[in-house]
Amino acid sequence: MRLTLVRRERASRLAMFAAPVVALVLSALASLILFAALGKPAEQALYSLLLEPFLSWYNFSEVLLKAAPLMLIAQGLAVGFRANVFNIGAEGQLIIGAIAATALPVWYPAGTSVWMLPAMIAMGALGGMAWAGVAALLKTRFNANEILVTLMLTLIATQVLNYLLLGPWKDPHGFNFPQTVPFPAAAMLPVLLPGTRVNISLIGALIASVLAYVMMRHRFSGFQLLVSGLAPRAASYAGFSERRGIWVSLLVGGMAAGLAGACEVAGPLGQLQRSVTTGYGYAAIIVAYLGGLNPLGIVASALLMSVLYIGGDNAMVSADLPVAGVAVFQGLLLVFYLASLTFIRNRVVLIRRPGAAR
Amino acid sequence: MNAVEFILAGMLAAATPMLLAALGEMVTERSGVLNLGIEGMMALGAALGFMVTYSSGSHALGFVVAAAGGAAISMVFAALALGFVANQVVAGLAVGVLASGLSSLLGKPFESQTLIALPKLALPGLAEIPVVGVLFQQDIVVWLTLLLALAIWGVLNHSRLGLIVRAVGENPHAARAVGFSVITIRCAAIAFGGAMAGIAGAYASTVYTPLWADGMIAGRGWIALALVVFGTWQTGRVVFGAFLFGALSLADLTAQAVGASVPSQLLACIPYGVTILMLAVISSNRKRLRLNSIASLGQPFEG
Repeated sequence: MRLTLVRRERASRLAMFAAPVVALVLSALASLILFAALGKPAEQALYSLLLEPFLSWYNFSEVLLKAAPLMLIAQGLAVGFRANVFNIGAEGQLIIGAIAATALPVWYPAGTSVWMLPAMIAMGALGGMAWAGVAALLKTRFNANEILVTLMLTLIATQVLNYLLLGPWKDPHGFNFPQTVPFPAAAMLPVLLPGTRVNISLIGALIASVLAYVMMRHRFSGFQLLVSGLAPRAASYAGFSERRGIWVSLLVGGMAAGLAGACEVAGPLGQLQRSVTTGYGYAAIIVAYLGGLNPLGIVASALLMSVLYIGGDNAMVSADLPVAGVAVFQGLLLVFYLASLTFIRNRVVLIRRPGAAR
Repeated sequence: MNAVEFILAGMLAAATPMLLAALGEMVTERSGVLNLGIEGMMALGAALGFMVTYSSGSHALGFVVAAAGGAAISMVFAALALGFVANQVVAGLAVGVLASGLSSLLGKPFESQTLIALPKLALPGLAEIPVVGVLFQQDIVVWLTLLLALAIWGVLNHSRLGLIVRAVGENPHAARAVGFSVITIRCAAIAFGGAMAGIAGAYASTVYTPLWADGMIAGRGWIALALVVFGTWQTGRVVFGAFLFGALSLADLTAQAVGASVPSQLLACIPYGVTILMLAVISSNRKRLRLNSIASLGQPFEG
C-alpha cells in the first residue's frame, strides 16, 4: 500500500487558488517553529511580519512603495519564465539600470530641465536591456546557459557599482561615504500620495501589469512565447523562432529590472548608493512564481512579498529577528508553494496493490 | 615570494571549495538531476561548519555537521524535485534561497569571529623542489579532496554503482525496466551532492578563510555549477577547471602582492568574466556538448 500521484484530466481550479494560501499558512507554521527554536519571541515576530504592515497608514504606504519595483520586475521576468528562459540576474540588470539613470544627475548635478527625468528613465530601461542583452546574445549565438551568464553578470554589476561609488562617482562633499551627489529636484520622481514616499512608479508598475495581462491574453506573441516554452519542437514547426523568444524574454526582463533600478535612485534613494542592491531582483523571481506566472497573480504576490519586507523591518525591532528571517520566510514560501502546485495537475491516490493505479 | 610562487602556493586551496561542490553536483547531474541550490547549500555548510568548529574546537566535527546539514537541506530539494515532480530549476532556486537565508540566520551571532586554520602538510621530497615545491605544501583537506576526486572517477567509470547512476541519468525508463529504483538512486545522488556542497562551504569558512561573514561564498557555488559544464561531466576535466579558477581567483591578491595599480573591483571580476567566456566557448561546440551531456538532465521522472 502506498501513496502515489495520478495526473488529473484537467487542471484543478480549486487547487490553483488554494496553493498560495496553503503555502502561506505552512510557511507561517514552519517559521513559528524555527524562530522559537532560535530563542526569538516567535508569535511576536510573526505578528510583526504579517500583520503590522497593515496596522498603520505609514507602514502600508511603505508596502506600496516596495511593491512597485517587485511587481515591475516580476512582470518582466514572468514573460521569460513562461517561455522557460530563466533570467535570474534581474538584480544585476537593476544595478546597471540604476547606474545608467544616475549618469545624468552626476554629469548635470544642477540640472533643471524637464527632460532630465524622462531621459533617466529611458537610460535605466536601456541599461537593463543592454545587460540582459549580453546573456541573450551569448545564448542565441554560443548556446551559453542563460542562468549562469545572468548570474555572473550580476556579480560583475555589483563590482561596477562598487568601483563607481568608491572612485569616479563618489560625492566630493559626501564625507567619504560610498554614494553619489544627491539628485536635483528635476531628477526626482513626483510623489503620488502626499505625506508618504510612494511615487508615481507604482502607477507605472500597475500599467506594466495591465500590459502584461493584455499581451498574455490577446497578443499573438504571448501565445508564441507560451508555446515555445511548453513545446519547443512544436513551436519551431509552427514557425516560431526560438531565438526570438530568447531575445524577447531577456530584453523585456532586463527592461523591467532597469526601469525599477532607475525608479529606485530617482525615488526613495535620491542618489546612487550601495543600498540600491537589496535583493529585489532575486525576490522578484519568487514573486513571479508565487503569482503563478500570471500577471494578476503577480500583483497580489508582489504586495505579499512587500508586506514581508516591511514586516521584517518591524520584527527586527519588536522581536530582535535578524533581516535573514525574511529571506528564510521567502524561501519557505516558494518551497511550500512548489509542493502544493503539484496538486493542480495531480491528485493523490492510495494504491493497495502495486500496479493498480489508473 | 614572487607572483608565480604565490599563485602555485594558493591555487589548490582556492580551488578546493569550488572543486568539492562541483564534484558533488557532477554526481547529482550524472543521475539526471540539476540542483541549482548549490550556492545556498554551500553557505549553509559554511555557517554550520564554522559554528561547530568554533564551539567544539574540532575541524573534523565541523566538517561532519556541515556535510549532514548539506545533505539534509538537499532532501528538501529531493522532495520537491522527485516527490512533488516540481520544475527542477525553480525547486533548486527555492531551496537555495531557503538555505542561504538559514545560513545568515544561524551565523548571525558569529559575525566576524575567526578561527585557527588547519596546518599545512608538506609532501616529503616534492616540497623541497625550488619554485614548484610550494605546490606540495597544503592542508590535509586539499589532499583528501584530490583523493576523493580519484575515488569518484573510479566509482563512476569502473564500478557497478557508477554504471547504475549513469544508466539512471541516461535512460531512467530503461533503468527502471531492469529493476532499479530511479527515485532512490537520484535521491542518493542529490544527498551526496548536498553533503559535498556542505563540506565545500565548511572548507571555505573554517580553513581557506577561517572566519564567518554573511555572503562569504560570493558566487563560488555558481562557479561550481559552471565547472560541471566546462568539465563536460568528466571528473578529470572538472578538476582541471577548478585549478584554473583557483588560480584566477588569486589574481586580486597577486596584483596587490606585486604592487600593480589596477582597481581591485576589476580584478575581482576576472573569475566571473572568465566563467562567461568559458561557458560560451564550451557550449558553442554543440556536438561535443551533446555527446557528453546527460540525456535526462533536468527532466522530471514520473514512474
